[in-house]
Amino acid sequence: MSGGVDSAVAAARAVEAGHDVTGVHLALSANPQSFRTGARGCCTIEDSRDARRAADVIGIPFYCWDMAERFRADVVDDFVEEYRAGRTPNPCLRCNEKIKFAALLDKALALGFDAVCTGHYATVVTTAEGRRELHRASDAAKDQSYVLGVLDDRQLAHALFPLGDTTTTKDEIRAEAERRGLAVARKPDSHDICFIADGDTQGFLAKHLGTAEGDILDEDGRTVGTHQGAYGFTVGQRKGLRIGHPAPDGKPRYVLDISPVDNTVTVGPKEALDVVALTAIRPRWCGEPPTGPDSYTAQLRAHGEETPVTAEVVDGELRVEFAEPVRGVAPGQAVVLYQGTRVVGSATISTTRRRERVTG
Amino acid sequence: MAYLDHAATTPMLPEAVRELTTQLAHTGNASSLHSAGRRARRTVEEARERLAAALGARPSEIVFTGGGTEADNLAVKGLYWSRRAADPRRRVVLASPVEHHAVLDAVHWLADHEGAEIEWLPVDEVGRVHPEALREAAERGPERIALATVMWANNEIGTIMPVLELAEVAAEFGFPLHSDAVQAIGQTEVDFDGSGLASMAVTGHKIGGPYGVGALVLGREHTPEPLLHGGGQERDVRSGTLDVPAAAAFAVAAELAAERRRDFAAQVGALRDELIAAVLAAVPDAVLGGDPNPAGRLPANAHFAFPGCEGDSLLLLLDAQGIQASTGSACTAGVAQPSHVVLATGADPELARGTLRFSLGHTSTAEDVAALAAAVGPAVERARSAGLS
Repeated sequence: MSGGVDSAVAAARAVEAGHDVTGVHLALSANPQSFRTGARGCCTIEDSRDARRAADVIGIPFYCWDMAERFRADVVDDFVEEYRAGRTPNPCLRCNEKIKFAALLDKALALGFDAVCTGHYATVVTTAEGRRELHRASDAAKDQSYVLGVLDDRQLAHALFPLGDTTTTKDEIRAEAERRGLAVARKPDSHDICFIADGDTQGFLAKHLGTAEGDILDEDGRTVGTHQGAYGFTVGQRKGLRIGHPAPDGKPRYVLDISPVDNTVTVGPKEALDVVALTAIRPRWCGEPPTGPDSYTAQLRAHGEETPVTAEVVDGELRVEFAEPVRGVAPGQAVVLYQGTRVVGSATISTTRRRERVTG
Repeated sequence: MAYLDHAATTPMLPEAVRELTTQLAHTGNASSLHSAGRRARRTVEEARERLAAALGARPSEIVFTGGGTEADNLAVKGLYWSRRAADPRRRVVLASPVEHHAVLDAVHWLADHEGAEIEWLPVDEVGRVHPEALREAAERGPERIALATVMWANNEIGTIMPVLELAEVAAEFGFPLHSDAVQAIGQTEVDFDGSGLASMAVTGHKIGGPYGVGALVLGREHTPEPLLHGGGQERDVRSGTLDVPAAAAFAVAAELAAERRRDFAAQVGALRDELIAAVLAAVPDAVLGGDPNPAGRLPANAHFAFPGCEGDSLLLLLDAQGIQASTGSACTAGVAQPSHVVLATGADPELARGTLRFSLGHTSTAEDVAALAAAVGPAVERARSAGLS
């Protein structure tokens, strides 16, 4: 229970469905000392109180579990290291894989619980053979199956998403929270990365990775500007390049490549972003891994569009060919494969192939 | 339901409930001059006399407060301020490291904001401050000492401090000694005037009185700077309209606690010994915290470390079985942390993460102990499998 409206309603629905529910708030602060020593200026204290208050209203026990060290090692450090390597990670997937459905799930199972229930918008379907499948939420606009695409069979077998299997919009969830007397009904949604409280990702990265001036190059290798650290850029980024003079063709330029080794950022026209294929590592499957090349749809970021692909696994790597070129694909992002509404699996993008060249 | 957390708060005595509810129906500000005020004042002064008698103090030594935390803050900060004002060399606060947060955090605050220097008094493996330790600290420069503070009995591990001997040392060197007696009253003999203490904090809700009322028992010769300025009530040390019903109910509870103390200590002590035996039988490697000698600990207190367990996990599992106990301290956010008391006794930090306190009270029964005896073994086994995260 994060202290937000979704997990509060999820907990209430789980109780109503007859489960024996205990509320847990994860203490994940990047600064565990400030969290442990309490009320003196840590933002998450308020969230923990909101969660506790919701648990009290629902009438369930509530505990705050300190997973700050695991979270730092598995999520925050990984996030920083990925940026250092010039990739663009999604820490929410990582947290679901390593914390919520690993550290938390393991502790819960050991203590005698059967499942971890969260406020994610996704659906778990049990097939006739008893297999568990992860599907998109009924309301496509709220679907969060992308960030759960890292869950494997065992994790799914112990997952409960009470918000996913009804056609419920966020407004209806808020109305339901109101009806249930939950004070978090009107609490604003959180969008930012939870461990970067002020939302300043660049500032956070600068603090952890330092600054290092480097060149911004065009596609032909000419220096067109300078930057304060290659990690501060994302493939596909247009704003904030601060290149003084315009491109010869007068068109806007986008980040095509980030090279942490020589600390350069390469920019070019929008068309040069077109990716036709990618390879991705560390695949995780919800069910049987795909065998031969097969048709799927792929999603490349949270709330991104899905796009038709052909995918196969070769030597433990996922190879994906796009039916139509896609833009804004960055190494480090997760590609999640779907068959209809079913999540097939996910992997971390390692290289992309553009029309003309291979980058990575 | 087995409520084994009486040291957190204990059910109100029916006599105190009756007194409280009777008084709530009356109107009157004890500072008013008219008849309603006179009536309220009479009630408060009678309560003061009864409370004083129960604590071995004179009525004029009772300063009613909003509870134990306020009484501790008033003593520690107030005495520091007034003693330093009288002689600027007095900046040292001698404190035991096992104090309740009401004292501990007040002392830290003085160090952070008021230029105080903290000198921690060493404790032994049961968390006890020895008079020699206080003497050694005093001999390093008694003129520098603003005050010393050592609790009468520890709230977590139940260790009773040699308060009388400590107060003798303080008197010899001429500095005030404050003691937090919140857990001690009703369980062990507490006689303020015979103790030699400068001040002593007590509270209502640990002895069957209401929440939100306590007192600083304050020797006449001491005038701490007030925390609260206002109408000048309570010897000008604690301003604020007196809570007449709470004071009256607190006095009733304190009187009964003093009256029943010997019988209560004998009965609850026997039950506590059963509890310790039952837990050690179910979990042979559990480590009893605090003084193994029953004479050295509060009769209602049992405290254990369960190797390989997270205290939090045990709490959850026992709670699910209807057994209510307590880990050491939890911060506002509710994250369990190793108890500073257990760590101060020199315990292994890993062991300190798996501690639980079971505290008995006037409603405790053999069934409560039996319920714990049945549940604790499986709970520890399960908590061990969940490990230390």
